[in-house]
Amino acid sequence: MPPHPRWAASVSVVSRTRTERLVNLVICLLSTRRFLTAAQIAATVPGYEHDPEDPRDHEAFQRKFERDKAELRELGVPLETGLASAFDTEHGYRIAHREYALPDIPLEPDEAAAVGIAARLWQHAGLAAAASSGLAKLRAAGVEVDPQATLGVEPVVTVDPAFGPLTAAARARRAVTFSYRVPEVDEPSTRRLQPWGVVCWQGRWYVVGHDRDRDATRCFRLSRIVGSVRAVGPEGAYTPPADVDLISHVARWSGPTERTGRATVRVRPGRAAGLRRLAVETVPGPDGDRLTIPYSDVEWLASRLVGYGADVRADAPPELREAVIQQLKEVVARHEPAAAGAVS
Amino acid sequence: MPQQRTPAGRASADRLGRLLNLVPYLLARPGIAVAEAAADFRISERQLREDLELLWVCGLPGYGPGDLIDMALDGDRVTITYDAGIDRPLRLNPDEALALVVALRMLAETPGIGSRDAIERALAKIENAAGDLADAPVAVRLPANTQRVDAIRGIVERRHAMRITYYTPARDETTERIVDPMRVLMVGNRAYLEAWCRRAEGTRLFRLDRIDAFTELDEPAAPPARAVPHDVTDGVFHPSQDLPLVTVRVGRGSRWITEYYPCEEVRRDGDEWVVTMRVTDLGWAQRLLLGLGSDVTVVGPAALVERIREQAALALDQYAAPATGNA
Repeated sequence: MPPHPRWAASVSVVSRTRTERLVNLVICLLSTRRFLTAAQIAATVPGYEHDPEDPRDHEAFQRKFERDKAELRELGVPLETGLASAFDTEHGYRIAHREYALPDIPLEPDEAAAVGIAARLWQHAGLAAAASSGLAKLRAAGVEVDPQATLGVEPVVTVDPAFGPLTAAARARRAVTFSYRVPEVDEPSTRRLQPWGVVCWQGRWYVVGHDRDRDATRCFRLSRIVGSVRAVGPEGAYTPPADVDLISHVARWSGPTERTGRATVRVRPGRAAGLRRLAVETVPGPDGDRLTIPYSDVEWLASRLVGYGADVRADAPPELREAVIQQLKEVVARHEPAAAGAVS
Repeated sequence: MPQQRTPAGRASADRLGRLLNLVPYLLARPGIAVAEAAADFRISERQLREDLELLWVCGLPGYGPGDLIDMALDGDRVTITYDAGIDRPLRLNPDEALALVVALRMLAETPGIGSRDAIERALAKIENAAGDLADAPVAVRLPANTQRVDAIRGIVERRHAMRITYYTPARDETTERIVDPMRVLMVGNRAYLEAWCRRAEGTRLFRLDRIDAFTELDEPAAPPARAVPHDVTDGVFHPSQDLPLVTVRVGRGSRWITEYYPCEEVRRDGDEWVVTMRVTDLGWAQRLLLGLGSDVTVVGPAALVERIREQAALALDQYAAPATGNA
């Protein structure tokens, strides 16, 4: 067979590009049902030509082949290894088409539009890149994505840096350790966790898992993790409880509080708009408006009232009144000219 | 997560991934214009032509005429006539599956979103295609004040102006304004209406939970050409350098403010932390800092320290008389 003109042109290129060699390697391994040994691959795929009898040349080939396999695996190409037959001693390689190929995804146009919008939500560089390369594969599978589509509401999705390592560890069922700082405590503490999963609850990210030091289920807020998350020990080291409901763990931990208390507060006319919004009842009076405000925590409401200074006065219940007076006294004490001088 | 690699190594890996996509992509679109394909892959036409040249010398072992990837280039259009076995793209890798599945879950959870049905169908199909990988260990639950978001999104879609009663915490005031809605967006856990405010004559982000009342007007929304959407990539609040700086010392009980508000500097000093933050309004800072109570000391500016002391003292005077009196 005469050399193909294209082939003739390409052999004139002294150095075949690595990319070209890798494409040919993928095509070669996809086309074979037998496992091909490294030697067979070298004799077949252009770019691996070398003299197997020359130790240095052979070693160079082996290094090149190792790098190429690593690159394919990193790209997600499922390289299978095995023996071609019971009589073989050396392992060979192949790629099973059904493992390699993206299954058919028959997306309707509105579904494809939703995927296209979802892929642009990520503000995190790594996830944005992963979403767009995923979308590129869907396009390659024939899905048409309208880049102009919108859904009326546009969520902006941000994640904390710990998101990537924690989801990877949860998927691999691998324990992690990290430094965790709670605002109320001075020093971050080291925590050891078997992560079950990551939860976005009310716009904040949490990880749920088994705390190895407390020997109990714990939630951690990702924004409070200081520095990097380190995976420790082997993969598959534990099994999360069957049918674990991650969201309910976080919801229980940071759940909403019921406002059953009713406070009576006097507010100067036209002032404290922020408090008026909270009121369930407003009764105008000669010395201002009397508001009824639902609350769950006396100290919390007292802080809100103190913020409005002399524009508001807490009348009931008595513990609210006392809490406000106490807070005001402390504020005055801390800001006396002498005290301010002492701290500055 | 992928290892660190050189830019050249990254570029070569990106190109390999792109080439493996390119063949099935073209196979699914016979006769596609080179420019259109290049735009879809976000590369130049020249780069796409170089990719095609590279693919053209790749193929099955033997590498003869019937083995190599073949294509017909007809002017500006290209058709793959032989794919050498790369007829499908690669499966989604774990990161891609995670990024798409979680984003779709986010979208499905977003209050007031349109086409929720399509999102859920898409999610099911992607999860199915991703196989085991779709078991992303990530759950999503966003706040569900859906009715209000739905109602306001409806007005945005009908392109009507609206009158809103809006609470501004910076000035502690509730105002009536007429706005020309532009879009509704979610940032973190909060929904915002972005609109041209005719009162402020500027584009504003209105937090939906601070819109106390709203009415749809019988006139079209007409944001002027100079109404530019905000860049919310890094959040909604971008303190500008000309805002006043406030410095406070906070104890343990109030250290949460460093997590809640953007701070310029947070410095440890013995048992306390010295926090410097920019504030849009000193009145707001006064309400916040007064309310933080017992373990916060305002260090500066001096005028704010004085205002806080004076307000607290005045407020205390009110309690000199018994609670029942009309002081």
